[in-house]
Amino acid sequence: MKATRRIVDKVLLSLTTVAVIIAIVPLVAIIFYVTVKGISAISIGFFTELPPLPASKLQPSPPGGLGNAVQGTLILVGLASAIGVPVGVLSGVYISEYGRNAYGNAIRFLGDTLVGIPSVVTGLLFFGLIVLTFRSYSVIAGSIALGTLMIPIVSNTTAAALQAVPNSLREASSALGVRKWRTSLLIISHAQSSIATGCLLAVARIAGETAPVLLTAGASNYWYSGLGAPIASLTYYIYNYAVSGTSNWVNLAWAGALVLMVVVMGINLVVRLVTRKKYTYG
Amino acid sequence: MSASNEAKMNAVSLNAWYGAKQALFNVSLDFVPNKVTAMIGPSGCGKSTLIRCLNRMHELVPNTRITGKVLLDDQDIYSQGSDPADVRRRVGMVFQKPNPFPTMSITDNVVAGLKLSGVRDKKRLTEVARNMLERVYLWEEVKDDLKRSGASLSGGQQQRLCIARALAVEPEVILMDEPCSALDPIATAKIEELIASLKEIYTVIIVTHNMQQAARVADYTAFMYLGELVEYGETSQVFESPKQPLTERYVTGKFG
Repeated sequence: MKATRRIVDKVLLSLTTVAVIIAIVPLVAIIFYVTVKGISAISIGFFTELPPLPASKLQPSPPGGLGNAVQGTLILVGLASAIGVPVGVLSGVYISEYGRNAYGNAIRFLGDTLVGIPSVVTGLLFFGLIVLTFRSYSVIAGSIALGTLMIPIVSNTTAAALQAVPNSLREASSALGVRKWRTSLLIISHAQSSIATGCLLAVARIAGETAPVLLTAGASNYWYSGLGAPIASLTYYIYNYAVSGTSNWVNLAWAGALVLMVVVMGINLVVRLVTRKKYTYG
Repeated sequence: MSASNEAKMNAVSLNAWYGAKQALFNVSLDFVPNKVTAMIGPSGCGKSTLIRCLNRMHELVPNTRITGKVLLDDQDIYSQGSDPADVRRRVGMVFQKPNPFPTMSITDNVVAGLKLSGVRDKKRLTEVARNMLERVYLWEEVKDDLKRSGASLSGGQQQRLCIARALAVEPEVILMDEPCSALDPIATAKIEELIASLKEIYTVIIVTHNMQQAARVADYTAFMYLGELVEYGETSQVFESPKQPLTERYVTGKFG
């Protein structure tokens, strides 16, 4: 009896260990590979210069960078977050704190469905609604499409984070005669690090989006030139340059991937530091 | 058991439902000012539901409804234009499980109700915090680490912290829903001592499943069974010469 249990214990432990290794190996491999391949093309010029001409016999490594793509991705992600974060957080608050009824359930269902919709479909929607209407790819169309992709992710994670806050805290606050909206703010503050994590996940997700960006913001080989004009993005260049067969372009694609990865990991780290719990739960 | 203007609060023909399930049946009860009233009865008899109806806390649970009236100083707290937040400010509540705000310091916990309602005067907040901690006999135990999390205290200290927090918003009535059921005997004794001192200023209504506790702290006792009020009177009368046979069987421990 005892021997069997010990064996089962050992087997389970080995299985979980193997699973963890299988999960970590590709992750570490990606980080390692992208870093090694991308680091050589990283320089100040990468962030400040426009894309170069393809390498040729006359000029085997023409100078240049993806400054416009870094700028473009920052602008798109920034504007999309300005739409997606407030709308998503507020609808998550509604679902958790006010929507414990038929409306809330309907919105929750809608949110779950929206998360599952392929991003290219969302891209097509705004291609039809905005790009075709104004006959131009634009920063506005791109930001709205990416913002829309963020909303259900932010909303669902916010609602889940709020529902994880014990109900006794809502009762404690309400019983002190605190208004409902103020109680909700208190509950939000208890869930802030989870909510921030959810927003971050959404940012990371849209920063890496390619298809909806191409369908709405289009692409550009120049700097930002207005909200109504197309704009460059890192994912466009990674997608385009990686398969170009031109050595300097391929290197830039790796560098772009590295920058994207570092930025996403960097935000993650910052949020963790900022929202570190002031007190530990007793 | 008729409504009288002597009472601080009156429940008048109160019925309550959770969804389709009725939890209170036509309960009428007067609560005497500056006295401790205990609600006793077996689990599920409606005693917690009743006190939650006294400050509209039951409304936090979806699909609840009531009929009847609850009077506070002869004003119906369910009348149109009555604000649940105002009602709860005047009728405070202490819960079964101590529930300090885990992200707030001890001081901030005490004045949470004031701060969350917009009081910003630092000097006043510090003063109130100290007064309330002294009133619940907690000051001496925590004065050197007021910055620590409220959740770092022991269970009994947490419950006294929660009572201090409830008192800080200057309520007139304090509802206590089995405030000692999660505590050890020493912590329980401290809370009971505290309850006895509270009635000088407040009207106290306490739910308990512990009959000895009711006998020790309460001036009046109400016995409830299956959502109905069976008997209500002075504690000594309810325990020593109950009028209803059901009450007698309960207080002598024959069921419950």
